[in-house]
Amino acid sequence: MKIHEFQAKDILGRYGIPVQPGKVATTPEQAEAIARECGVPVVIKAQVYVGGRGKAGGIQFGDTPAQAREAAGRVLGMDIKGLTVEKVLVVPKIDIKEEYYVGIVLDRATQGPVAMVSAAGGIDIEDVAANTPEKIVKQPIDMRWGLLPYQARDLMARAGLPHTVVSRGGAILAALSRAFIASDASLAEINPLALTADGQVLAADAKILIDDNALPRQKEYAGWAEPEEANPLEFEAKREGLTYVKLDGDVGIIGNGAGLVMTTLDMVARAGGKPANFLDIGGGARAEVMRKALLFVARDPDVRGILVNIFGGITRGEEVARGIIMAQADLPKGMPVVARLSGTGAEEGRALLADAGLTWGTDMRDGAQKVVAAVTAAPKTAPKATPRAGN
Amino acid sequence: MSILFNRDSRVIVQGITGSEGSYHTPRMIDSGTRIVGGVTPGKGGQRFAARIGDRALGEVPVFDTVAEARERTGADVACIFVPPAGAADAIMEAAAAGIGVVVCITENIPVLDMARAAAFLKEHPARLIGPNCPGLATPGAGKVGIMPYHTFKEGRVGFASRSGTLAYEVVALLTEAGIGQSTCIGVGGDPIIGTPFVECLRLFERDPETDAVVICGEIGGSDEEDAAAYAKTMRKPVVGFISGRTAPAGKRMGHAGAIVSGNTGTAQGKVEALLAAGVPVADTIFDIPEMTKQALAKVGAR
Repeated sequence: MKIHEFQAKDILGRYGIPVQPGKVATTPEQAEAIARECGVPVVIKAQVYVGGRGKAGGIQFGDTPAQAREAAGRVLGMDIKGLTVEKVLVVPKIDIKEEYYVGIVLDRATQGPVAMVSAAGGIDIEDVAANTPEKIVKQPIDMRWGLLPYQARDLMARAGLPHTVVSRGGAILAALSRAFIASDASLAEINPLALTADGQVLAADAKILIDDNALPRQKEYAGWAEPEEANPLEFEAKREGLTYVKLDGDVGIIGNGAGLVMTTLDMVARAGGKPANFLDIGGGARAEVMRKALLFVARDPDVRGILVNIFGGITRGEEVARGIIMAQADLPKGMPVVARLSGTGAEEGRALLADAGLTWGTDMRDGAQKVVAAVTAAPKTAPKATPRAGN
Repeated sequence: MSILFNRDSRVIVQGITGSEGSYHTPRMIDSGTRIVGGVTPGKGGQRFAARIGDRALGEVPVFDTVAEARERTGADVACIFVPPAGAADAIMEAAAAGIGVVVCITENIPVLDMARAAAFLKEHPARLIGPNCPGLATPGAGKVGIMPYHTFKEGRVGFASRSGTLAYEVVALLTEAGIGQSTCIGVGGDPIIGTPFVECLRLFERDPETDAVVICGEIGGSDEEDAAAYAKTMRKPVVGFISGRTAPAGKRMGHAGAIVSGNTGTAQGKVEALLAAGVPVADTIFDIPEMTKQALAKVGAR
């Protein structure tokens, strides 16, 4: 789960990591009041879940409270990569002398978190990793002890940071490791870690991702969830326990199991279609889940046909068939649905579909070809939205 | 000999009285698996009566701890259906009790719990399969997990897949084409798993009852690239398939581990790595049986 910079800094603050004092504003007037309170000049920073906000104009400055209000007025409501800015973080401007990178990421190879430090801060660490990997030093974190303070200092020293930063930066990185583990993060970055002209070391920007699987025990952070993508359907799907990803085609896809759904997307593409989404209804889905999934996919105005591809392990074919039949009444008129069932309960499921006058594909390829044909045959002006699609 | 699991394996089920455990245990027994007991803390002393519909499949004892279950039953394989919050603990409990092969079906385990379990396994060696996987099956001997066993067929092709349902599809296609399997492994869809492809390949390479291996990978991570590097050194032929060719970068495609980040984990990179290692890669799953037949013909397999 993504969280905002101000929330990430809130977490850092709880672990003793220095951050600029600041507050969040949702109106220009609030930004002006915050600027007055914490002292000008200030920086106005758009709080959106995408990178590259600086280039998009999402970071502006105010030398006076009135300028802060104007700057916030420009940033609030701004569209950054499809997301509307609804909040800005207002913080005192600092005079940055040097910028470093410190971060902790989950590493598949070492099967745990790895701490990383680079003297090349303030730029995208992926670029540093791609172009000058020698500028990044790494240390796997032992889950029993976390990152020990000496290991953190060692990383600072090996990354070539100034002596004055090694100690304080090391303490910050060790604290970041504690925050990472206690918060069930899957990524925690301070970029830049700033050395100011007056010798302070602080987190000037921060990014934290929380592991979705840990949200049941990270209740406070779970409460911070907001629509995280440009597409509100993705957020709603998450709340309803559906694994949904919006894509840019017009063939809706529903399946069980991530790999099978991915393969179904590939198969539809191969049949000449363009998938509109990825939707995995997971294991053991019942009829009601299937019904909801169909109606959910149909709410995407781009969808002009739906392919249901279910292989039964925990998921039973007759439950899926019942769900498809139940959905018929609420689906947009003329919306083609092609179902393909196999495995546990597939025979029973096919019989139910036949009784209801619905068709199915004999296998995944057949299903993909049938749905692509149906979508291609349908007039472009086919009814697109259900009555519920308006919100 | 198949790998990891055979007719002599003695299996316990952790979480046997839960909804998943109680549904799948009778089905494992029905496939021929010797289930010797179960573990549910607090329900030790009870007996689990296995049945499918009105078909009774015997009773097994339930224990409070894995240590006790192992001592009393001589179990060497554990199958875990424990809910996510306790699943990593269940893995560590099984490893500490000396269970050799631990199969964890559970999905949605917090990743740092798995990081802890992975570190624990370095000091308490056990072969972990999964988590977030359908388990494994050795046709003719039975299954450990939730795979649809009736579509499997005894034979000499090893199989491993990151996705469960995709594995079922491909195994069914192999069976339809008359190609039987030695052992089928669902390695799991999480970023931290116990037995990545390269480990499966090592086991199959050593297995005298396996002639060729099929691996079904997907976007995310570099397990397929690692497998490709090893496949190059193998005596036995490997056939590959990669799903997620149409998946956009930066989007997590269902599995926690299925995400292209930057330039890592792309389908294209994996396909290229496999091809460069001499591993043919199927365009669609429907091409896998024919390619497997060709691979078998090349080694002159029976």
